[in-house]
Amino acid sequence: MNPGLNAALNSGMAPVATPWFFYALAGMAVVSALLVITLRNAVHAALALIVTLLSVASLYLMLYAPFVTGVQIVVYAGGIMVLFLFVIMLVNIERSSKEHRFNRIWPAGLAAACALLALFVSAFVKGKALFADRGMPLPESSNTQQIATMLYGEAGRMGQYTFAFEIASLLLLVAILGAVIMTKKKI
Amino acid sequence: MVPITTLHYLVVAAALFVLGVIGVLIRRNVVIVLMSIELILNAVNLNLVAFSRMWGNLHGQVFAIFIIVDAAAEAAVGLGILIAFFRNKETVNVDEIDLLKW
Amino acid sequence: MPNFIMSYLGSTVTPGEAGNQFWALIYVLIIFAGVSVAVIAMNWIERKALAHFQVRLGPMRVGPHGLLQPIADAVKLMLKEDIIPAEADQFVFWVAPLIGLLAAFTVYTVIPFGPSQAVSDMNIGILFMLGVSSLGVLGVVVAGWASNSHYPLIGALRSSAQMVSYEVAMGLAVVSAILMTSMNASGTGTLSMIGIVQAQQQQGVWFIFKFFPLGLLALVIFAIAMIAETNRAPFDLAEAESELTAGYHTEYSGLRWSLFMLSEYAAMIAVSSIAVTLWLGGWMRPFPNLLHAPAWDFIFSLFPGLTFLGLAAIAFIGTARMPSHSFFKIQCIGLAVFAALLGFIALLLLVAAVAGRSADTSLAARFNEGIGYVYWFVLKVAVFMYLFIWYRATWPRYRFDQLMKIGWKVMLPISLGVLVLTAIVGVIAS
Repeated sequence: MNPGLNAALNSGMAPVATPWFFYALAGMAVVSALLVITLRNAVHAALALIVTLLSVASLYLMLYAPFVTGVQIVVYAGGIMVLFLFVIMLVNIERSSKEHRFNRIWPAGLAAACALLALFVSAFVKGKALFADRGMPLPESSNTQQIATMLYGEAGRMGQYTFAFEIASLLLLVAILGAVIMTKKKI
Repeated sequence: MVPITTLHYLVVAAALFVLGVIGVLIRRNVVIVLMSIELILNAVNLNLVAFSRMWGNLHGQVFAIFIIVDAAAEAAVGLGILIAFFRNKETVNVDEIDLLKW
Repeated sequence: MPNFIMSYLGSTVTPGEAGNQFWALIYVLIIFAGVSVAVIAMNWIERKALAHFQVRLGPMRVGPHGLLQPIADAVKLMLKEDIIPAEADQFVFWVAPLIGLLAAFTVYTVIPFGPSQAVSDMNIGILFMLGVSSLGVLGVVVAGWASNSHYPLIGALRSSAQMVSYEVAMGLAVVSAILMTSMNASGTGTLSMIGIVQAQQQQGVWFIFKFFPLGLLALVIFAIAMIAETNRAPFDLAEAESELTAGYHTEYSGLRWSLFMLSEYAAMIAVSSIAVTLWLGGWMRPFPNLLHAPAWDFIFSLFPGLTFLGLAAIAFIGTARMPSHSFFKIQCIGLAVFAALLGFIALLLLVAAVAGRSADTSLAARFNEGIGYVYWFVLKVAVFMYLFIWYRATWPRYRFDQLMKIGWKVMLPISLGVLVLTAIVGVIAS
């Protein structure tokens, strides 16, 4: 029925109590995402976003992607959220906690999002057969090694994504320069 | 219980995506709009990693790593813009950021 | 259910790998208890060592030589009134110490005390540790903001800026150690903590001595960065009492403040364990490859018992030197009981060492081996802990701008240079 899952079970890689963990983590992610968009206080919303990010990291771990889990925790939860909290503290004014949470055009936004949700639901209902497993899942223990081969190359060849990796580092350099220059008081 | 398939992960990712879109379109505080954008990017990442597992290769995971790098750069620049704007107008209200209107 | 318990005894993998949740839970409880005891002992050692560095005696009254002082402190903190500032955000005020505590204790999931004595040897162990210790910054930031007061906010922002800056240098030093694990025949390294120690065992050298002085420089950078990460002297501007009235934990009193102290000491022990695992050979005894004969194994397995015998001897000498006044009778008896306890533990360990030297798979031999691994690991971590206290006693505090300048302009270039040189030397040497 599910060749990937059967292969995983046969190779002894099936994790423990998978469905329960999945439902718990997915529920936690969706509930805290709901809290992010509805809480009035920005710091509370940031804390809810941290819970969401950590739940999504655990979902990556369930998908046998340990390196992406590590990168998510280090970069997203440990770096970007600290940045958000700093900025919230810098721009936190008392007025914003007493205003309305939602902006002037909120019915239109909600309608658009509901249309998008309907689109997703119809895609999932109609295309359920498309999402069966198609390949053998790769072993988890060499995950980092294989990602490194794709990113850096091996044995004198460039990897598939080496060029994109270098461009990404240029992107980060541009972002650093941009952020520093924009926040200077006198350029 | 029914075993967890790729479709389960796609449904979770779609839910996160829709919640992020609602957050971007509805909220008044710019910082929370930026946080909703991070939600959208996470939903896309979850989608990619789920498909990487479905196909059995690592292209999805590598692309997810690039998206995380991209999100970091975008959060830094977006918050820089916000701080620069806050210095001028002392507000983080989306409805009041309308200096370019005619 | 007994199958669950019995099936793990005698296995050579961690509970995480064996899929055995019961033993994983037991390991977690043992680690939690051990770290709590270590924090209490660390509190006493810090006060006594600082005092002796400053030519005074430290706590002497509460128990014999102040041995019960940490317990008195803990009881006092638990009985104090729980004051919450009026305008503070209640939920965030409550959750902030918990974030720091969770971040500090979750690191212990991947720390190996032996070749299979870890809760779970994740194959991204070191990346997990870097990520989780960067979650501790969130606890600091949120604690400062939730107090709704100037000094805590400034202290929290300074403290978190410092932690984030030194995380970069720490990460690069860790990467150069990971690079050294791939200098083997197959050219593949590993991120798992047990794998790193096994790589040191295979290559026959602790990474601190590999490609001398590059390994040593990497350890020095990591050591400096970990002092800044845990907000200890000389980088403790954010929480020093004379500067910002205790910084981000000013408004916390009683049990909440003790949670901050617990998370700080636990983080200290955790990053020291990381340094020991990466550079100092983890649980391995000195010279495991060079001096491999059973006689040398036996000599080195006597060390735990001899250490406790030495401690018992010191306690006995302390008892003998107590003043013979009637007021000191209870303290004298208490210290004698403590010395007897230490002596009893020493006797137990020596008997186990002697009994376990002949057979290879008997219970005594495996117990002996396990004690040996834990002992050498704890000894190396204890050296780092003592260094923390020594730095606090000896060096003056850095000003905040000097601190940030060192983090970005000195540590980052040096760690980048060490990484590049390690890679170059590694390629040349292979």
